Amino acid sequence: MKLKNLLIGASVVAVSATTALAQDMTIVSWGGAYSASQQAAYHDPYMAANPGVNIINDESSNEAVAKLRAMAEAGNITWDVVDVVAADAIRLCDEGLAMVIDPATMLAAAPDGTSAADDFGDLMVSECYIPSIVYSTTFGYRTDLVGDTPPTSVCDVFDLVNYPGQRSLEKRPINNMEWALLCDGVAAEDVYDVLETDEGIAQAFAKLDTIKDSVVWWSAGADTPQLLADGEVIMGSTYNGRLFALIEEQGQPVAMLWDAQVYDIDGWIIPAGLSPERQQAALDYIFFATDTQRLADQAKYISYGPARASSAPLVGLHATLGIDMAPHMPTDPANATNTFLYNYAWWADYRDDLDAKFQAWLAQ
Amino acid sequence: MSDATTTGPVLAADGTPLKKSLSKALRRQKIRALMLIAPLLLFVTVTFILPIGDMLFRSVENEIVSNILPRTVVELDSWDSTSGDLPDEAVYAALAADLLIAVENRTHIKVGIRLNYELSGMTSLFKKTGRVVDDFDPDLTFAEQFIDIRDDWGEVETWQTIQMYSSVYTNGYFVSAIDMRKGPDGLERLPDGQRVYITSMIRTLVMTLAITLLCLIIGYPVAWLLANLPMAKANLLMILVLLPFWTSLLVRTSAWKVLLQKQGVINDVLVWIGIISDDSRLAMINNQAGTIITMTHILLPFMILPLYSVMKGIPPTYLRAAKSLGATNWTAFWRVYFPQSVPGIGAGAILVFILSVGYYITPELVGGPSGKFLSNWIAEFVLARPNWGLAAALGAILLGLVMFLYVLYDKIVGIDNVKLG
Amino acid sequence: MALDDLKNAYVAFDRVQKSYDGEILVVKDLNLAIGKGEFLTMLGPSGSGKTTCLMMLAGFETATHGDILLDGKPINNIPPHKRGIGMVFQNYALFPHMTVGENLAFPLEVRKIGKSERDDMVKAALDMVQMGDFAGRRPAQLSGGQQQRIALARALVFKPELVLMDEPLGALDKQLREQMQYEIKHLHESLGITVVYVTHDQSEALTMSDRVAVFEDGRIQQLATPADLYERPENAFVAQFIGENNTLNATITGVEGNMVAVDIDGGMKGHALAVNCGGVGTRTILSIRPERVALNSDGPNKADAKVMELIYLGDHIRCRLVVSGNDKFIVKVPNSAGQKHLVVGETTPISWHSEDCRALDA
Repeated sequence: MKLKNLLIGASVVAVSATTALAQDMTIVSWGGAYSASQQAAYHDPYMAANPGVNIINDESSNEAVAKLRAMAEAGNITWDVVDVVAADAIRLCDEGLAMVIDPATMLAAAPDGTSAADDFGDLMVSECYIPSIVYSTTFGYRTDLVGDTPPTSVCDVFDLVNYPGQRSLEKRPINNMEWALLCDGVAAEDVYDVLETDEGIAQAFAKLDTIKDSVVWWSAGADTPQLLADGEVIMGSTYNGRLFALIEEQGQPVAMLWDAQVYDIDGWIIPAGLSPERQQAALDYIFFATDTQRLADQAKYISYGPARASSAPLVGLHATLGIDMAPHMPTDPANATNTFLYNYAWWADYRDDLDAKFQAWLAQ
Repeated sequence: MSDATTTGPVLAADGTPLKKSLSKALRRQKIRALMLIAPLLLFVTVTFILPIGDMLFRSVENEIVSNILPRTVVELDSWDSTSGDLPDEAVYAALAADLLIAVENRTHIKVGIRLNYELSGMTSLFKKTGRVVDDFDPDLTFAEQFIDIRDDWGEVETWQTIQMYSSVYTNGYFVSAIDMRKGPDGLERLPDGQRVYITSMIRTLVMTLAITLLCLIIGYPVAWLLANLPMAKANLLMILVLLPFWTSLLVRTSAWKVLLQKQGVINDVLVWIGIISDDSRLAMINNQAGTIITMTHILLPFMILPLYSVMKGIPPTYLRAAKSLGATNWTAFWRVYFPQSVPGIGAGAILVFILSVGYYITPELVGGPSGKFLSNWIAEFVLARPNWGLAAALGAILLGLVMFLYVLYDKIVGIDNVKLG
Repeated sequence: MALDDLKNAYVAFDRVQKSYDGEILVVKDLNLAIGKGEFLTMLGPSGSGKTTCLMMLAGFETATHGDILLDGKPINNIPPHKRGIGMVFQNYALFPHMTVGENLAFPLEVRKIGKSERDDMVKAALDMVQMGDFAGRRPAQLSGGQQQRIALARALVFKPELVLMDEPLGALDKQLREQMQYEIKHLHESLGITVVYVTHDQSEALTMSDRVAVFEDGRIQQLATPADLYERPENAFVAQFIGENNTLNATITGVEGNMVAVDIDGGMKGHALAVNCGGVGTRTILSIRPERVALNSDGPNKADAKVMELIYLGDHIRCRLVVSGNDKFIVKVPNSAGQKHLVVGETTPISWHSEDCRALDA
């Protein structure tokens, strides 16, 4: 009995000691190479500067909306900072699940004094959102399987005559519908207006129909790199960072087709309804992790472009490969000659409808 | 015993009626039994019955519209949606008042998101309206100003949708889940290119049955071998059977990709042997074949194990007896052994079927364009694109289907004829 | 055994050997001829090879060497279902998913016997075992004895001429077992079938059989009628295995015709019937049945015995005595009028006739 009491007492002391020593902060992200780049660029230096904080990684970003919703319903929010794509951030903000950020007071200004709001510019697509990187969904192709004239345009994806073979596309309408219309003669600025009509949707499907039999549909970001490496497809869409790893780290005979790459943003939100102390701690972390230098640092580990304009000049060499990272950024001028902007607001309205139509079309 | 002939109740030794003292004695036992199962009962209630109840409730719950737009809902009640006319000014005024409060609480876009399930464009309509709702000019009519913000406020369809989904409970999610929609004239089927869930249900059932059948065909002989081999060999075989259990699901699925894809091991071997030519490689993955092969492999142990434990309990003397009575090997198997293994088949089939009907990772990864199971939709509506009402309705339908098949099974085979060992 | 015997026998084992692992012979050079209509029991302790012999006859095990003949024809290569042998299994092996009627109809169905004839035969077989009302029941709804009768009826319903029974009464209680022994015996007699019966229960073997083959160590130790087996065991194993038996170790000192003179260990001298023993100077085991020992000194072989224990058994009293150093020497004293009553600890004279004392292999 005495021993038991002693043990209980000891563990109580131990637990309270750790809580007194280190404040746990749960940061949610995507896992894999992306989380590793955040650990190196943000978490480690932050913990070094703030010994009282202990960062716990959670890899639940792909279900962030659902989980935050459930936490809010249960009234127990266990996450402090959450990394989400822009569409999810907008949704979380719309549902009141993310706190509103005031860039003037809560975010660091650029070293030259430019305000955070101006430094992020258009990328602040929601008032709850602090962007950290710009990534793009674009195509990679097997240099040894496309003949003597490598593809130069996204429309080559739809060209089965000159580029016969399988190609991989994501198993959802987003991006595919836009590319189909772009390659069917619709001007970039008209794409979403056209997609709003039944005829426009039919037009996009008709274009996709021309290659449907040669498409492998992917649902995980790792699929296309694997399919390319196996020679299962000759070209395929995926996130540019995945292709960078495939080309530069694995040395596969694959090249980037930056044409009509679709920009998207990844960044942070802070859940609404945190206790004042936790909210303050989260804001402190965000202030640190989204300053100009930190964003440039992340690009040392992964080929995603920093979201601040002021970070671009600071992008240096890859931490282990030693190659200059700037030409691998989706935002590099050479890569960004023809880019397409993903319309978050439009997809928020039409995603439910188009997803159903897309799946019905797929199953035909 | 003269007691037995008296008309009064039989008494126990201490004079209390025997029935009473018996039930008293039994009550103790019952309470003790109840206490023993109480933790389990509590656990099941908290982790199973309550969530399922909550899920079923969510499939009809629709408080959000009347909670956030209470005045609008009341005013709109008297509007005749079939008249073709827009609602009157009072409705617009009520909406303005509701939105003012909603914007304050940051709840207005939630209504938009809810209504967007039924009519595309509602999210941005409420979002845009919310931004300017405190700029209304009291000298102009609200109707005018609303339509000025966006034309959609001048569309009858917008108001029809709000009215239709203003009640506290709705069958709207179920209607969507069976590929229909609520029009002003009652239920109507969605046009051809938009029906996905019924197809998905049928596909889920057909594929699941195919997987169950394949598991049975492959698993039965293996289970028989397991039950009849000497211990040492049976153990080795058992390890082979259980091996898939010990490997991560994603690793196994990836391994199947490597094996089955067009440039994969099996196709390479077939081309090398010369059975198929290089340009007619077989498509065995990213289609239904891929799903069936992979799922069969994953679920095979769930068929083999109950079969094995039931077969282990069938003494070999039955087969000997049948043969001694003049039955050939086949007759002895079919008439004597097989019927006794039916409880194992039942248990295995139910296990595989229920696991398979709810699987969503594997169909998503190897199922190709048409491989989406109903559970994939549910997962998507729970996790990626939260529409919990529709997810709940689809889940309830899936639950209903499984229970219907269970009852059907009970009627045909008998549920008492299921044995895990 | 002469070849003719085997040819004329209904069932014959001709130099049959059986090994499961290629190292140990479970059945060693078995020769056995069973006549038509005979009730032959294979008796022996477990592991003696008796069940293996039965399974070889049924066709579930193949002989490693030698022939098994049925009605003069070798059946080694005939599969069990074509042998037409009825069989009753240890645990009855009634098919649990079929009713009693279906169980009985099964052998008739596989023989493609028409429905009406089948029904008649099933009914007759059920009546034969007094189970006529049970055709609709499932085996699980029957008591052990009832299941036993059904198993018997099923083995007989297709009218086999040879029926094998593998410890069929092992699972029944004593009273039921004795009753069933008589019923099986009567069925055997009334149907005129040949029965090969396996048991480890010697009283069952003695009660039912025409002849008993005592198995031990893969060999038949003695094949004889029950009376011969009990009265005239040919070796020490059989003497010990069948019935109660007293043994005394002795050395042969002289041979006189079919009698031998022996020196019993412990100093006593006597005479015994020479059954299975060597010449002068060899060791032998003397076997005397307890009921052949008298509590007096009237017989030619006399000894003094110390009473160790008395067990009252109603009609007789079992006395455990020490005789020539053997402290497990049993004498059965009838509980009849005028019989002398022994007291534990006293010394009493005992004697037996030389013909009742058999000199066997040491």
